[in-house]
Amino acid sequence: MALFDLRLQDVHSKLRTKELSALDLVESSYAQIAKTDESVKAFLTLNEEGARKAAAELDGALQAGGEQGLLFGLPAGIKDNIVTEGITTTCASQFLRNYDPIYDASVVKKLKSAQSITIGKLNLDEFAMGGSNENSSFFPTRNPWNTDYVPGGSSGGSAASVAAGQVYFSLGSDTGGSIRQPAAYCGIVGLKPTYGLVSRFGLVAFASSLDQIGPLTKNVEDSAYVLQAIAGYDPSDSTSANVEIPDYVSALSGDVKGLRIGVPKEYMGAGIDPAVKEAVLAALKQFESLGATWEEVSMPHTEYAVATYYLLASSEASSNLARFDGVRYGVRAENPDNLIDLYRKSRSQGFGPEVKRRIMLGTYALSSGYYDAYYLKAQKVRTLIKQDFDNVFKDFDLIIGPTAPTTAFRIGEQVGDPLTMYLNDICTIPVSLAGVPAISVPCGFADGMPIGLQIIGKAFDERTVLRAAHAYEQHTEHHKQRPQL
Amino acid sequence: MSITIKDVEHVANLARLELSEQEKEQFNGQLNAILKYAEKLNELHTDDVEPTSHVLPVYNVMRDDVIKPSVSNETALRNAPDEDDGQFKVPAVLE
Repeated sequence: MALFDLRLQDVHSKLRTKELSALDLVESSYAQIAKTDESVKAFLTLNEEGARKAAAELDGALQAGGEQGLLFGLPAGIKDNIVTEGITTTCASQFLRNYDPIYDASVVKKLKSAQSITIGKLNLDEFAMGGSNENSSFFPTRNPWNTDYVPGGSSGGSAASVAAGQVYFSLGSDTGGSIRQPAAYCGIVGLKPTYGLVSRFGLVAFASSLDQIGPLTKNVEDSAYVLQAIAGYDPSDSTSANVEIPDYVSALSGDVKGLRIGVPKEYMGAGIDPAVKEAVLAALKQFESLGATWEEVSMPHTEYAVATYYLLASSEASSNLARFDGVRYGVRAENPDNLIDLYRKSRSQGFGPEVKRRIMLGTYALSSGYYDAYYLKAQKVRTLIKQDFDNVFKDFDLIIGPTAPTTAFRIGEQVGDPLTMYLNDICTIPVSLAGVPAISVPCGFADGMPIGLQIIGKAFDERTVLRAAHAYEQHTEHHKQRPQL
Repeated sequence: MSITIKDVEHVANLARLELSEQEKEQFNGQLNAILKYAEKLNELHTDDVEPTSHVLPVYNVMRDDVIKPSVSNETALRNAPDEDDGQFKVPAVLE
């Protein structure tokens, strides 16, 4: 059994009995990266010196009888839109190719106090805009299950590196599905927490009313541990929720008796691959056999979610990305005529096509004369979409459906057709607009590529989401499959 | 509503982007396709619907007005593309 397939508590007991050291874990991580990353290409930057130093310090502390943090010694990969002091953070953009952050994101600080070890920074679609990793300005990450296929996105590097056994867990960010969809495509577990549960301070902003950081892991138990370590109020993030953080790990009771599950017919209709639908129905049968009940429900505004999302997310992005002006950090164009020209040239040279496209769309939607027709209209429809969730959650504990309508597609297959690419997010976007938590867990394979089951819960009810996902996982083998690399 | 090349140029100017002729053509087509798709939202009557700008009941967040450590001048300039005398340097704003 590979080292990273051990349960967290087994890793920790081996560390205590000196059967294993934190440095062994780090070396194991870099050995797997050396073996597999030439084909997977998940990492943009490695933190070898820093990781080895941190591991040696942890081993020394353990020797001295110190307390073990919740994630003690675990090798972690961090999506490269989360800032890390002293480790280049690029957002996979040429604009930030040499950006050296002057502080750690709050989640990075939290990981440090939980004593995990940062192995390196993971590839993404530029500024997290995309669903395939093909928008990385450096290179596309590849799906470990078949390297001709995309790993999904935007947290494609985060998902691929966990699937390839390069790290014990990783962090990603999710704006419209960017944790859940790549987790589904790569056959791992990805959790998008409730909006506001995890601090966004130090996450390079894409769409501030939607962005949320979360864990990508091999199984649900690890997901609960990582969430435990990163959740919590942060005064540095004015949208951080000041709620009490429950114990997530203790929620994994294995018991789902009496849970009421709603299955939106809109998530199972046209456009959903028959193999995906079949796998979701088989999972629902599994829940039934465990004592949960499910019935079909309707969320009538689902079909409006993608349009709503692209207007709102692009509008917020056009505003957020105004900060990239070539003055304080990032690239600066040579020989500008004046200050405005400096902004214009620096941005045009630094941003890739998808980023420019979304800035253009967002600027248009916010511009004088069009604001009411596009931005305000989308905000109103967002209310209707959120009400769909409120209505179903009056009678049900969870909503279940597929994470993505299909399995991963081939690299290059959808390039040049942004609208088709956007529609891959049809099952994850409504959840983001409503701000509620959702997890993707492996529920089968179609032609050798993994399928994801999406389990959606009420706001701040991650415990029920994790409990259901864990109970399901205990009775299936999908999450134990590993790609051959 | 359909976007013209002139609209694309106007929006690019607002967004401080300089587009090549080829990019203008491309964005013109793609933005029209996306906005046409977005017109789907007009099927819904929303006159009486409140807009959602934020899903959580979080309003203005205040903090106590106390002095806390801040980054040093040197650290703040660490990523500056150009600097002079402890400040970010830019081309002249006034002629």
